[in-house]
Amino acid sequence: MMNVEKQEILTRLRSQISAAQGFKPAPISAGKGFGLDEIEACFPNGVFPTGTIHEFLAEQPEDAAASEGFIAGLLAKLMENGSSCLWISRNRKLFPPSLEAFGVDSQQIIFLDLYYTKDILWVMEEALKCEGLACAIAEIPDIDFAQSRRLQLATEKSHVTGILLRKEPKRSRSATACTARWQIKPQPTEILNGIPGVGNPRWEVNLLKVKNGEGGKFYIEWAEDKFAQFENPNTKAQQPIQIVERGLIA
Amino acid sequence: MSRYVSIYFSNLLADYLAIKKPELKDKVYVFTMPQSNRIMVTASSKAAEKQGIFANTVLADAKALVPDILAFDDKADFNKKLLVRIAKWAIRYSPIVSIDLPDGIILDSSGCSHLLGGEAKYLETLLAKLKESGYHCRGAISDTIGTSWAVARLGKKSPIIEKGQQYNALLNLPPMALRLEQHIIQRLHKLGFDKIGKFVQLPASMLRRRFGQDLLIRLGQALGTEAESLTPIIVKAAYEERLFCLDPIRTRPAIEIAIEKLLEALCARLAKEGLGIRSAELKGYRLDGRVTETKIGTNQPTHQIAHLAKLFGLKIDQIEPDLGIEVFLMTATKTEPVHVNQEKLWNGKPGLADQSLAQLLDRLAGKVGPEVIRRYVPQAHYWPERSLRPAVSLEEKTEIKWQKSNPRPMEMLHKPATIQVTAPIPDYPPMNFRYKGELHLIKKADGPERIEREWWMEPGEHRDYYVLEDDKGRRYWVFRSGHYDQEHSAWFLHGFFA
Repeated sequence: MMNVEKQEILTRLRSQISAAQGFKPAPISAGKGFGLDEIEACFPNGVFPTGTIHEFLAEQPEDAAASEGFIAGLLAKLMENGSSCLWISRNRKLFPPSLEAFGVDSQQIIFLDLYYTKDILWVMEEALKCEGLACAIAEIPDIDFAQSRRLQLATEKSHVTGILLRKEPKRSRSATACTARWQIKPQPTEILNGIPGVGNPRWEVNLLKVKNGEGGKFYIEWAEDKFAQFENPNTKAQQPIQIVERGLIA
Repeated sequence: MSRYVSIYFSNLLADYLAIKKPELKDKVYVFTMPQSNRIMVTASSKAAEKQGIFANTVLADAKALVPDILAFDDKADFNKKLLVRIAKWAIRYSPIVSIDLPDGIILDSSGCSHLLGGEAKYLETLLAKLKESGYHCRGAISDTIGTSWAVARLGKKSPIIEKGQQYNALLNLPPMALRLEQHIIQRLHKLGFDKIGKFVQLPASMLRRRFGQDLLIRLGQALGTEAESLTPIIVKAAYEERLFCLDPIRTRPAIEIAIEKLLEALCARLAKEGLGIRSAELKGYRLDGRVTETKIGTNQPTHQIAHLAKLFGLKIDQIEPDLGIEVFLMTATKTEPVHVNQEKLWNGKPGLADQSLAQLLDRLAGKVGPEVIRRYVPQAHYWPERSLRPAVSLEEKTEIKWQKSNPRPMEMLHKPATIQVTAPIPDYPPMNFRYKGELHLIKKADGPERIEREWWMEPGEHRDYYVLEDDKGRRYWVFRSGHYDQEHSAWFLHGFFA
């Protein structure tokens, strides 16, 4: 009896704390989520948090391409109602036509190619304050806690989703105020029936840190215009899901 | 119907000098300028004219007439400078004032004269003011510039020519009144045409044959059958606001207030006419005589004060007030009709038409420059580098679709990187390749996709593209330039797949 009451109090307190930390449990517009069922379960209330900052670590150019593919999949959902998106970068290699394969209308994306980090941060903050955007993406190798906190505060007011794509980061383990830290790596593709050729994009998605949630490792494929999970042939025998890091972060 | 005032200064330079040096009043003096080894008189005073000394006399001859004549050096274009100064002063009588070289100004008095109680009063006041300051001048008002010019200089009756009366006014004037070249005037006199009335009725073809087209044009301009336009000395911008500061302004908050006040006045006018600013300019006239200039531009025409103030606010750092700014002048350099603004509906509209996005882009362009903001649209080319181009505007849409039949990499290198490749047989994908010192063993491959070079644009080899996947699952886009084992064939890495 006592236990149940305590549990209830704890749950209520937790939701109050997460609300105070800027996490709003409002479900996304489509209501169905991103089709990333198991990953979404890692987040508080089991909802993929939009309107916050996500960071993606990409040490290699191949990882960067994989991250961009995964982000494109998210964008397809975020930009579903025809809204637009800002892509801020310094030395952009992203090839806009490729976004079509992920169901993103690349004509709706506005690219900004800037040189100075302070300009990138300024533009990102301004973009995150603009309610007319679905998402703002900044390519920036490193960001300190105060800077990421500023971005997080900006996004809490406007509910614009912010994505930091950290290519070749130097301080990949330093703390940031981001809601989630991702790492996407390419995985070998497979075509049914052993037909030769390259198949659908497949990734190993590492959710390294989640605010108020648990991270994990997932195997995701982009097939038929949506995310799907696949079983990794190497790991399924040993460990189904390997949790890399867990717990609360600041 | 327009009404024009012509004012003629008979002794412009001499009067000016007399104003500067009152002791010269009623003295015989001239302005001179050397002309092909002789010193010629270019302008003379009223007293000198009485002695028979006019412009274009040789100074030596003038000295023979009046031995104690005073001669001053004339400067080139000095009369023009004086006329511009007088014309600027005359702007208080009409917004359109033009100088009329060498010795007059012309005002477009349409819709101005009633302010001073009728045309007679208007002309009287204008001339009285000029005479008061010391100029000898005459003026006339009529429907055309030509008639006003003629009557101001040679008219003997009333200086006010009623509407449509140009013909009667000109009849008794000599041909000189038509602003003709000297040799045409001489020829007219030689043939006995000493009054305009004597030849104005002659057939046009005859006049043209004997005296040239010029005479007909000038006659037409005086009578009002030919159009003639004025070149105003100051063209007033359509949308312009001034702010005079009581004290010179130096601080940022003060400049912000000035910008806001100017925008309020400017935007109120624009809003009334359904226009919005596309580009605007703020000038600050400083105490030391310099002028600071600040420009802004917008993506969509707007007359929202808050947004425009923000755009100017980003540029305040560039304004150097120095000792202080006395006058601010804000001009809307480009305006366009504003789309009817149904605020609620509008803001609910997602995508590129969203107003908050347009405002964001204006702010970004103001800070980082418009050239770094791009959007891409497809272009009808297979060559990967040319398959897209920057869009011209936010609204631009193309009929062309992105090609979807062949995969394109997520990331593409700006310049393809050379790689070392082992390929088994022609047109087979490589077995492995070495990029940046790392060996990639190929497990899966797709291709080739041959893309021919657009030979009408640039010379070179075709490319055979392969999609490769290595043993770690990393996917690449590589191509062979030219045919297998050809002399110039080489392998390149061009992109990374997701």
